[in-house]
Amino acid sequence: MVTLRINGREHQLDGLDPEMPLLWALRDHLGLTGTRFGCGKGQCGACTIHVDGKATRACMYPIGSLGERTVTTIEGLASQADQALQDAWVEHQVPQCGYCQAGQIMTAAELLANNPTPDDEAIDTAMSGNLCRCGTYQRIRAAIKTAAIKTAGAKR
Amino acid sequence: MTTATGADVRVVNVSRRDLLKGLLGAGGLVLGVQLFPGAARAAMGAGGALAETFAPDLFLSIDASGLVSIVAHRSEMGTGIRTSLPMVLADELEADWERVTLTQAPGDAAYGDQNTDGSRSVRQFFGAMRQIGATARTMLESAAARAWNVDASECAAQNHEVVHGPSGRSIGFGDLVPIAAVLDTPDAAAVRLKDPSEWRYIGGKGVPLADGRDIVTGKAGFGLDVVLEGMKFATIERCPVLGGAPKSFDDAETLAVPGVERVVPVPGYQGAPAFSPVGGLAVIGRDTWSVLQGRNALEVEWEEGEHASYDSRLFRRDLEREVRKTGQVVRNRGDVDTALAAADTTLEAEYYCPHLAHAPMEPPCAVARVADGKCEVWAPTQSPQTARASVAQALGLRPVDVTIHVTLLGGGFGRKSKPDYIVEAAVLAAVIEAPVKLVWTREDDIRHDYYHSVSAQHYTAGLDADGKLTAWRARTAFPPIGSTFNPASQLGIGEAGQGVIDMPYDVPNIRCEVGAAQGHVRIGWLRSVANVYHAFACSSFVDEIAHARGLDPLDNLLDLLGPQQHVDLDGARYGNYGGSPADHPIDTGRFAHVVRLAAEKSGWGTALGPGRGRGLAVHRSFLCYVAVVAQVEVQDDGSILIPRIDMAVDAGQLIHPDRVVAQMEGAAVFGASLALTGEITAKGGAIEQGNFDDYTIVRMNRAPREVAVHLVESHRPPGGVGEPGVPPIAPALCNAVFAATGQRIRSLPLSRHDLKRS
Ligand code: FES
Ligand code: FES
Repeated sequence: MVTLRINGREHQLDGLDPEMPLLWALRDHLGLTGTRFGCGKGQCGACTIHVDGKATRACMYPIGSLGERTVTTIEGLASQADQALQDAWVEHQVPQCGYCQAGQIMTAAELLANNPTPDDEAIDTAMSGNLCRCGTYQRIRAAIKTAAIKTAGAKR
Repeated sequence: MTTATGADVRVVNVSRRDLLKGLLGAGGLVLGVQLFPGAARAAMGAGGALAETFAPDLFLSIDASGLVSIVAHRSEMGTGIRTSLPMVLADELEADWERVTLTQAPGDAAYGDQNTDGSRSVRQFFGAMRQIGATARTMLESAAARAWNVDASECAAQNHEVVHGPSGRSIGFGDLVPIAAVLDTPDAAAVRLKDPSEWRYIGGKGVPLADGRDIVTGKAGFGLDVVLEGMKFATIERCPVLGGAPKSFDDAETLAVPGVERVVPVPGYQGAPAFSPVGGLAVIGRDTWSVLQGRNALEVEWEEGEHASYDSRLFRRDLEREVRKTGQVVRNRGDVDTALAAADTTLEAEYYCPHLAHAPMEPPCAVARVADGKCEVWAPTQSPQTARASVAQALGLRPVDVTIHVTLLGGGFGRKSKPDYIVEAAVLAAVIEAPVKLVWTREDDIRHDYYHSVSAQHYTAGLDADGKLTAWRARTAFPPIGSTFNPASQLGIGEAGQGVIDMPYDVPNIRCEVGAAQGHVRIGWLRSVANVYHAFACSSFVDEIAHARGLDPLDNLLDLLGPQQHVDLDGARYGNYGGSPADHPIDTGRFAHVVRLAAEKSGWGTALGPGRGRGLAVHRSFLCYVAVVAQVEVQDDGSILIPRIDMAVDAGQLIHPDRVVAQMEGAAVFGASLALTGEITAKGGAIEQGNFDDYTIVRMNRAPREVAVHLVESHRPPGGVGEPGVPPIAPALCNAVFAATGQRIRSLPLSRHDLKRS
């Protein structure tokens, strides 16, 4: 039996391989399908979640290693800053197919939490682990900057 | 029936009929629509047979609360089409987008062509959507006229209500529904379309993406997200070589993996791969992880079959040999041989492009259920009707007993118009008698794709003593897409119409030839198809000609395009992407205009720093003209940065300009990926790449830093926009590399070349 703390709720899962990546536990056993499968190999970032606030690849994280740590998925993003990010994504009409975007937003949320006013280089460094086959990078960059400005404005 | 818009559509008020069981269900004003493929319309002739064949599917309903429901009948894979076509209808209807909901259509011929491919959605259905919306608007206006007992000409729909001009009274759409529901459908001729100046959404800032909020909150439903009661999971181990089959296998360890339930053989295709499964062994179980673990434990010995000797490195030489000799002539003007013999200077160059994989972010996947002689599938598919027919055939069912529900697509790029993965899921669901979700891993996707074809081109030009171009000979060879459907097919004549036959340059002697090549992997269409390699060769060669003539590439290009004219293809067989030559001639004026626009916006001719250069390319595909100026910066380590790309686009009438811009931005990245590192290779018949670590696509730090899209305003018939941005990117980048380094790149990807900063 493993206990997973996800989006502020505890879930008990019985009889699962402790090596099962969180990605598949979330998707197949908990109905949290916003975390996407893109490569299963830590290459694309489509499965990005937060573990204790840190952007993490769910496809590489065994459920047996989670212990007491808490998980946030795209469905659990709730802070004002996170919503500003989602709003900025809508404002810039970032998504094309949309498949990578939950992962992109999870990575961007961590970036802004650590660095509220990232420059281009900081955005590149943070975001280059997240692939977008549709090629929405330019708008992702713009949306992150918009969210940063809005969040900084709200704090003042 | 051809309507005022020239659209192949018939609209009928079916509010009072009892066939109200379709997608929209509810009462109110309900319009049934039949969208005809052109051929069906022609066959029906003057319209006598219409009444019998009319089998409308519900397309538009307005309920008493005023809520407008519109069916989206094309697949959403990132172009925004699920938003854009209903938006056109809503605009003509004068509906308020905030009070519109969308329903996704399943695969059914009643919706006309649903194959979301070939950058066709807008060009095929713009007129029909306008006609449907305008018909409903006309009916609501008539209803208001009745309610007020005034002349209909005094009533005009405006933002979800009808206003009586003289008195200023108004009634909401919802309140008009009971009256409109009993009206006869007006004749197409009596339906007035809006003047473009009256459009609220079309051609302007459009409307927000229908699925935008769901996407950013993780709620959007892709194929892989579908869950059915009692659903099993499946993954398939396939032979690394196309057409191979298991000789023997041992599944003892697989079955010992907790959560694995059984191993089921999936039969492969007979004859041609087409849309059938390639065959293999399916592991079925409780969840994705269990079946993947079980699959790892599977021991299989394969009978690899006839393609086991395929080596893409050796095959390159075969292709190059092929283009060094005369092929089948597909366009001829004047006498190229004589002109070349008489030329003062001849120029010759050979180009090569490797296979590519589509790699949509969501790998292929499908959920299927078979029960009581019926099959239901949920899948991300570009072509639900093809899926329906393929599943029906594989299961021995009638197409009407197969329902294909279309989910959002996590990218398509042409991959998801081939329903092999959907057939796999359906076959498994039938065998195990339980609903099943079939998951493809990324490795499955990259190793079992319908690959973009590998190709070689050989170009020869003759110049006279004044530097004037007198002869143009283009040869191309590649395994054709046809080989996937008929293994004997070796000549891609259709593909030659994508950038060889239709080259626009004004040369007195022209010969285009196609060479033969056999397919050893499944060949398929990938975003912009043969235009990718043909634009690379053609636009690179034009740049080479510029340097041979000692001309600036911009001046050279404009000179070769010559005066404004419609290009005469010398009687060559040419499909023109299904567009009529009258509506969509090959217009050198439109070419020149986008070239000048891109050049001007890019600062063409102004100085750049060391290691930098600009490259220019222009290409027409899918009835859309795109010119690109790419700027590159070659780093000390030989790698390339792309500070800026300017794209000038003439796609005729634009429907949703922001989505056109997005498609071009995306095309720049897609094109940069294939130019910089895109390469699929085969050895021993097996694909050597498997994931994003060895089949790399550009990441944010290597993507074009700024893509500036310049749209030409136009009311010409719409062209496509999903694909045409891709072809000119690679040659523009390589021409820029030449400008920066003096190194001429004649094969892709760029990562295979040792670039030196000059
Ligand atoms: S699915 Fe986890 S990084 Fe790609
Ligand atoms: S929006 Fe399609 S992969 Fe990013």
